[in-house]
Amino acid sequence: MNRNIKEHVRNSLKKGIRSDGRKPLEMRKITVDTGFISTAEGSARIKFGDAEVIAGVKMALEKPFPDTPEDGVLMVNSELLPISNPDFESGPPSNASIETARVIDRGIRESKTLDTKSLCVTRGEKVWTIAIDIVPLNYDGNLVDMGGLAAMIALKNAKYPLVKEDGSLDYHHKTEKRLVLKRIPIPVTVCKVGDVFLVDPTDSEENTIDARLTITVLEDDKICALQKGGDGSLTTEDIAKMIDIAIDVSKQIRKTFMEAD
Amino acid sequence: MGELLVNDKEIVVPGQVIAKGLDFLPSYGTYRLNENIIANRVGLLSVEGKVLKTIPLSGRYLPQRNDMIIGKVEDILMSGWRFDINAPYSAVLPLKDASFDFIAKGVDLSKYFNIDDYAVVKVTNVTSQNLIDLTAKGPGLKRLRGGMILKANSQKVPRIIGKKGTMVSLIKRATDCKIIVGQNGIIWLDGEPEMEVIAIAAIKKVEEESHLQGVTESVKKFLEEKTGKQIADEIEPSDDNDHSSDFDDSQFERPEMNDEENQGENSGEHRPHNNENGENSTENFNKGNFQRTNGYNHQSNGGGYGGNNQGGGRFRNQNDRR
Amino acid sequence: MEKFVRPSKRKLDEARAVEAEAGVIKKADGSARFKIGDTEAYAAVYGPRELHPKFLQDPKTGVLRCNYNMLPFSGDGSRVRPGPSRRSKEISLVTEKALLPVIDLREYPNTVVDVFIELPQTDAGSRCAGICAAAIALADAGFIMRDMVAAVSVGSVRGTVVVDLDGAEEHMDENESTDVPVAMIPSTEEITLLQMDGIVAKNDLLNALELVKPALKLIAEKQREALRNRYKVKE
Repeated sequence: MNRNIKEHVRNSLKKGIRSDGRKPLEMRKITVDTGFISTAEGSARIKFGDAEVIAGVKMALEKPFPDTPEDGVLMVNSELLPISNPDFESGPPSNASIETARVIDRGIRESKTLDTKSLCVTRGEKVWTIAIDIVPLNYDGNLVDMGGLAAMIALKNAKYPLVKEDGSLDYHHKTEKRLVLKRIPIPVTVCKVGDVFLVDPTDSEENTIDARLTITVLEDDKICALQKGGDGSLTTEDIAKMIDIAIDVSKQIRKTFMEAD
Repeated sequence: MGELLVNDKEIVVPGQVIAKGLDFLPSYGTYRLNENIIANRVGLLSVEGKVLKTIPLSGRYLPQRNDMIIGKVEDILMSGWRFDINAPYSAVLPLKDASFDFIAKGVDLSKYFNIDDYAVVKVTNVTSQNLIDLTAKGPGLKRLRGGMILKANSQKVPRIIGKKGTMVSLIKRATDCKIIVGQNGIIWLDGEPEMEVIAIAAIKKVEEESHLQGVTESVKKFLEEKTGKQIADEIEPSDDNDHSSDFDDSQFERPEMNDEENQGENSGEHRPHNNENGENSTENFNKGNFQRTNGYNHQSNGGGYGGNNQGGGRFRNQNDRR
Repeated sequence: MEKFVRPSKRKLDEARAVEAEAGVIKKADGSARFKIGDTEAYAAVYGPRELHPKFLQDPKTGVLRCNYNMLPFSGDGSRVRPGPSRRSKEISLVTEKALLPVIDLREYPNTVVDVFIELPQTDAGSRCAGICAAAIALADAGFIMRDMVAAVSVGSVRGTVVVDLDGAEEHMDENESTDVPVAMIPSTEEITLLQMDGIVAKNDLLNALELVKPALKLIAEKQREALRNRYKVKE
C-alpha cells in the first residue's frame, strides 16, 4: 500500500472523513432479505451498502460425533468466492476465508446460541446437523461482520424439513418448526488507523489499517469471541475503547436482526 | 433500400439487428450478416450518415501510443521500472525515459520511482507482443506525491474529462481539488477531505450517467448542492500552477492516423479523425472512443470472423523492436 | 394415450419464467444474474487480465476460463460439499466451448478471461442457466460478441418431448426420461452445446432440436433486455 495514500487517508480520518463521506463510526446502509433460496432450509442476504453476502442453512440427520453422542452438530463454512472480487483466486479455502468462518463459528458456538442437546433425536444414533455456508457475492470489506449477521439471520429464518415415516428427510417440504436461538451474538470489527478507530471498512480501507479487533457482542453486552487481526499492535487502552465501540455498534446491528424474519 | 431500426444514441446489444438493407455500412461494434447490420457489442449506437458504429460502455483499458495514464510501480528492474497500468498487460518505463536528469549506472533506482509509487506517464509504444513502453519525460508527466487514487471505468474517461476538459474542470473549480484523469481510468485527486468526498461522488455520477444527455448540467447542480456555492462559468482555461490542466486538454490530441506504422493495418477500416464538432459532449465521447475501440469490421458473409481485419491494429505495430 | 400434463402446467415447448439482470457484481468487468424457474446462476467476468502461471499463456490468443460451481445449499436434497467435483469440472469445460464460438480473444494474446459461475439454488437446467448468465456477463464486460448464446434443456418425459425440464420432470420415470441440454446462437441457429442423458432415436432428437429453437430465441431476448435495462434511466 502506497505510503502517501495511507498518510492521506489518515489525515482525512483525523478530520473524521472517510472517502465515501461516512464518519469513522458510521456503518453503511444495511439491507436484509430472507428465505429466498428454495433449496436451503434457511437463507439470508445481507448488504452493507453495495457489499453483499449470502448465507444458507442446510439441515440433515446424521450420526453424532463419538465423543458427543447427545449433541447435534453445528458447522460454519465460508469461502472467498473469486466471483466476488478480482483479487480472490480459485482454489481451496484460503487462510483468510478459514479465519472468517472460524471467528463467526466461535461467536455462535461459544455463546451457546444453539442448544446442541436439543438437536439430539436418538442418543448415539441420530442428531440434527446444522451447516451454515456464508459467501460474498459482492465483496467490499468487513466480511466477518456481514457474514456473522447473515449467519444469524439465516438461522432465524431456517425451518426444519419434514421427517418422513421411514426417518429420511423430505427437503421439498418444510415444517413450521424453527431453530431455537438462545442468544444473539453480533460480531463487530473495529479497525485502528493511526489514532482513529473506524467500523465497517470497505475493501480499500482494509488495506490502510494498522490493526483490527473483532468483538462478538451478546445482548447483555457480554463478549463471546475475540479476534485480533492486522499487522500492527494494540494497547490495552485501544482494546478498551474498541470494545466500547463494538458494544455500541452491535446494538444497531442487532436491531436489524430483530426486524428480520 | 434500407431501414434503420434503432435511433442514434440508443443502447444496442450483441445480436441486435440495427438496420436492414444494403445501404448501411458497418463499423466498430457492428457487422453485416446478409441483409442486416447487427451490433456485436453493448454500446451506444452512433449513426453518421450511412455508417453505423457503437460507442463502448464497458471493457478494460487497452493502451494506445500517446495515452497519458496513471500507473503504479510494481517492480524495479535492472533497466527501469515495471508499472501496473490497469490493463491486461503491464508496462515498462526504461531508464532513459524516466527523467531529464542523467541517471548514472548503479544508482538506487528507487530514488526516482519506488515500489507502489504512482506516476503520470505516457505510453510511447505498444508492440505486437503487447510489450508496452512508457515515458515520464514530458509536460505533465511526473511522480505523484500525496493525494489519493480512484479507479474509474476507462471507457468513461472522455466523459469524465469532458469536451476540452470542461467536466473535470467543473469538478475542480467546485471542489478546489487537484485532479488528474488518466486515459486508463486511474484518477488522482488531492484536496480538502470534505471536498474530495464530493469530487469522488461527482466523478461516480458522471460514470453512471455517461450514456445520458444533460450530464454536465446534472453534475453542476449536484456540485452546487453539495458545496453550497454557485460555480462560476469558465471563461478562460483554468489557472492552476500544476500542469494537470495542460495534461487534460492534450488528451484530445490523438496520434495522427497517417503515421506510417498505422497505415498498413487499418486499410479498409474507417478511421475517423479529430474534427471539431461543436454540438453536445457526446461527440467528444464518440471521438475519444473511436480510436480506442477494438472492433472488427465484419464484412464477411454468413457470420463468423472474416480473414481480413483481424482487429487490434495497435498490437501489430510495425515498429516492433523486440 | 393420455396427453401428458406437465406438473407446472406449462406448454410442451414453454420454458419456465426467466429473470435476467446485468451488472450485479460491482467489482467485476461484467456480470449477470440469470434465473429460470427455481434455478439461479450468477456469473462474473474478470478480464482480459494477466494469466499466471506463464506456461498456460497462449501467445496467439486470450484464453477463456470458465469455472462453474454450485453453492453448498443449492442442491436438491442434502448439502453439496464445497469444492470442484468431476461434474463441475466437466460443466466448466462445456460452458467454455459453448461460449467460444461467439467471442474472439485473438486481440488479447497471453491473457485470460475468467468467467466465474455460482449457483445459489438449482432445480434442473443448471448448466444451461450458467451459460445464459455467462453470456450476459461477457457482453456486459464489453467483449465483441456476434450474438448472445442462449441455453436450455429439451427432453422427453413420459414419452412426450418437452422444453426446459424442471426438477420434478427430471425425476419422473427415473430411467426413461431423456435430458438434452442445448446452447444456440440465435441469429444463425448454430448449436454450441449439445449433451444428453438417456436413450433417443435420431428423428426424435432432431425434432426436439427444432422444438427448442423458439424457446432459445425468447431466452436470448431476455438476455439482451437485461443488458439494455442496465442503462435505463432509473426513476
